[in-house]
Amino acid sequence: MVELSERIKRLLPDAVLSAGSSLGQQYVVVRREAVVEAMRKLRDDETMLFNFMMDLTAVDYLGKRAHDARYEIVYHLYSLKHHHRIRVKVSVGADDPSLDSIVPVWKGADWFEREAWDLYGITFKGHPNLKRILLYEEFVGHPLRKDYPIKKRQPLIGPEN
Amino acid sequence: MSEYQMDLHTEPMILNMGPSHPATHGTVRFLLKLDGEKILNCDTEIGYLHRAFEKHCEAGTWTQVFPYTDRLNYNSAVQNNVAYALAVEKLLGVEEKIPARATYIRTIVCELARMADHFTNLGAATLELGALTAFLYFVEARELTWDLLESIYGARLTSNYVRVGGLSSDLPEGFAEHVRKVFIKNREFWREFDKLLTKNRIFLDRMRDVGGISQEDAIAWGFTGPCLRSVGVEFDVRKTDPYLIYDQLDFDVPVGTTGDNFDKYLVRMEEIDQSMKIVEQCLGKLPKGPININDAAVRNPSKADVKTNIQSMIHHFKNTIEGINVPAGEIYVPTEGSNGEMGFYLVSVGGGKPWKCRVRPPCFAITQAMGDIVKGAFIADIIPTFDMINLIGGECDR
Repeated sequence: MVELSERIKRLLPDAVLSAGSSLGQQYVVVRREAVVEAMRKLRDDETMLFNFMMDLTAVDYLGKRAHDARYEIVYHLYSLKHHHRIRVKVSVGADDPSLDSIVPVWKGADWFEREAWDLYGITFKGHPNLKRILLYEEFVGHPLRKDYPIKKRQPLIGPEN
Repeated sequence: MSEYQMDLHTEPMILNMGPSHPATHGTVRFLLKLDGEKILNCDTEIGYLHRAFEKHCEAGTWTQVFPYTDRLNYNSAVQNNVAYALAVEKLLGVEEKIPARATYIRTIVCELARMADHFTNLGAATLELGALTAFLYFVEARELTWDLLESIYGARLTSNYVRVGGLSSDLPEGFAEHVRKVFIKNREFWREFDKLLTKNRIFLDRMRDVGGISQEDAIAWGFTGPCLRSVGVEFDVRKTDPYLIYDQLDFDVPVGTTGDNFDKYLVRMEEIDQSMKIVEQCLGKLPKGPININDAAVRNPSKADVKTNIQSMIHHFKNTIEGINVPAGEIYVPTEGSNGEMGFYLVSVGGGKPWKCRVRPPCFAITQAMGDIVKGAFIADIIPTFDMINLIGGECDR
């Protein structure tokens, strides 16, 4: 039996950059420009049918990777029919941390993308309402970036420190 | 046309509900656009309880994350402990070596926590619908369940019980007997809830045909847990991706049909009953033996060892100061939380601190559909709908 990630690579030869498994979990790395198309195919293809967008988050690999692949957007998909899971990863650089929004594919990605924008500053192009969700509008910066100091305070009211 | 027959010029009214509203639990703000009592639009705003969970986790060692996970879904805190521990153990590659007794106890506390969570949720819902009597019954039942949990880990709300590679303590003496007594009481209470609510006219009128959603929409929004099962989708992580010992247990997954608030109530009621069954099965076959992994690099050696053996002393010191050394890698471990799929996505780059510690909060995905669900309904329908979604601020806002 061919592994799931291999099958996805065959299904989407142009979009998938690499495929494999880590600790028994399947993953594929997708080209940033092809993410929406790839997701739609993963959702609709008979052999895939990933109907759940379970999780979407970002990882900041500051200092661990090259500058042009600092952030990684990580999607976890699940198929109710085939009971399989896949991790889809997309790398974006520090100069232009942006990629296309997948809200047209799964409307449930809405808040998850807003959260990734809020905490990591990843821009999701085409998102209907990309604004802060967990933090307040006046907040400056994106706190889960590794270069945001943990002790930094930005109180809205009260003393500065 | 005489003046009184002309249409009055009216405009929709904007109403702020929350962030702290007496009839909702959890700190959340609804920005409502109303036509009379009818909801034209509802914007949900969350984030009032954001405490930088991930940033804190990244600053501490792997073990220091446990108290933070308690404060995610605080109604079933120990489930978060278990989910996180399972994820770290998988990253370490030691999940096969966890003693059976520890796994059984983890299952027991998870299910007790699920019961407590559902009691809280349903109790709060009845209170907010004006049924104070039913609320008191639910709280009493939860109290008894919490007594059980308290006898295990000494706390009622924030457990901090599970450790990477085991548990902080074993079950107390006479625990099985204590459970037996409490479950007799809880089953009585359960029948009382059933009598008080399931055929109660006022309760039915408020709950039935309100807050429903179609299967396609529920899946597209990322619904999981009781809210998804209430629309008739049989998805339970305990069955589809079994963890702990769920694959060896006999229990049913209740599903609803329409997904309205009443179905969500019924699903939760049935799950309480199933959880009691699971706990009894676990206690029936609870194996004897150690509760911690025999690997000093993962789980601290016992205090007696630390004081007599230099090797154990070194491990104790290194585990505390530097943290457990977790090899580089990434893992996503899904578990069935009380609200739905609660997954931990951990990234390690090697060393004693997590590089990233992400939790997939089930109620986050469900709450975003709130506007969709209540559109066209009446303002009073927000109360039961929002209750049955069971937003937990700690988990949603992290």
